[in-house]
Amino acid sequence: MSVAPAEVERPEIKDDVAPDTPWVTIVWNDPVNLMPYVTYVFQTVFGYTKRKANKLMLDVHHKGRAVVSSGTRESMERDAQVLHGYGLWATVSHDS
Amino acid sequence: MSGTGPEDSADFPHLGEPDDPVSAADTDGAVAGFRGTRRGVTGWFAPPQAGIIRALVSQVAELLGGAEESTTGADSLERSWDTPGEFAAVLGLSEATVLPDDPVLARLLPDAYTGDAEAAGDFRRYTERDLRSGKVAAACTVLATLPEGGGRVELSTDDAQAWLRALNDVRLALGVRLSITEDFEERMAQLDPDDPRSAYFWVYDWLSYLQGTLVRALS
Repeated sequence: MSVAPAEVERPEIKDDVAPDTPWVTIVWNDPVNLMPYVTYVFQTVFGYTKRKANKLMLDVHHKGRAVVSSGTRESMERDAQVLHGYGLWATVSHDS
Repeated sequence: MSGTGPEDSADFPHLGEPDDPVSAADTDGAVAGFRGTRRGVTGWFAPPQAGIIRALVSQVAELLGGAEESTTGADSLERSWDTPGEFAAVLGLSEATVLPDDPVLARLLPDAYTGDAEAAGDFRRYTERDLRSGKVAAACTVLATLPEGGGRVELSTDDAQAWLRALNDVRLALGVRLSITEDFEERMAQLDPDDPRSAYFWVYDWLSYLQGTLVRALS
């Protein structure tokens, strides 16, 4: 086994990068989508419990919109695309 | 959102109910709407019901470019890419970067960013084609599993989910055309029976009921 060199060239680490602010997927209220359907979609797409999915659905219904997932921009865009497939009106945002 | 579901539409006068004398002859264990079974979901449709669903689902698929889908496929790689559009099509990219003019298409293929046209355009370029083809595929599942003359429909869970999305797209389309709002039921009650939109309101309400039974059957 060779001994590790005393001096290792280390990659420069930038310390001025702020921690990533999470992106969010927002679902907006609309008059057509059925309440039980929206709950079912949240359960199916995100694997949320019925309780959590139902609470999110009610938030959308009563407050006009709700943040349904958060993470990287790429994963939020995937979520929005899947939700559009189900006919929900979803947008991606960097600030909720 | 609409609270319409199986519970509050139980007394809805369905189009061509299973006990309709015209269609009762071959309805063995007919059900109104869908119900869950051990292997998936089952439903029964009278001939006029099947005709209405097939016609509306076909119209939405056509609007989404269903016909175009059949011309792109395995052989598209052998084509010459004469235009940027054809090249983009092979890569699965869409040329569209702005919200469609048709309000129904705009609702089915919405912007994913508000107040950021560039981000919305990029998202659309990379996703709209898949979104359209997914919706057309769901419509095709309905057309492939619903006999033209009506009758029993047996669906796997995957097929039932395709039905759910396709029925929802039809309801979204009708919702735009009929300017459906949260007070839909009050408006429908006040509508003059001779109003030409009346039949479409009934169909919309029936599809809401049907979708509600399908959600319950899958839950």
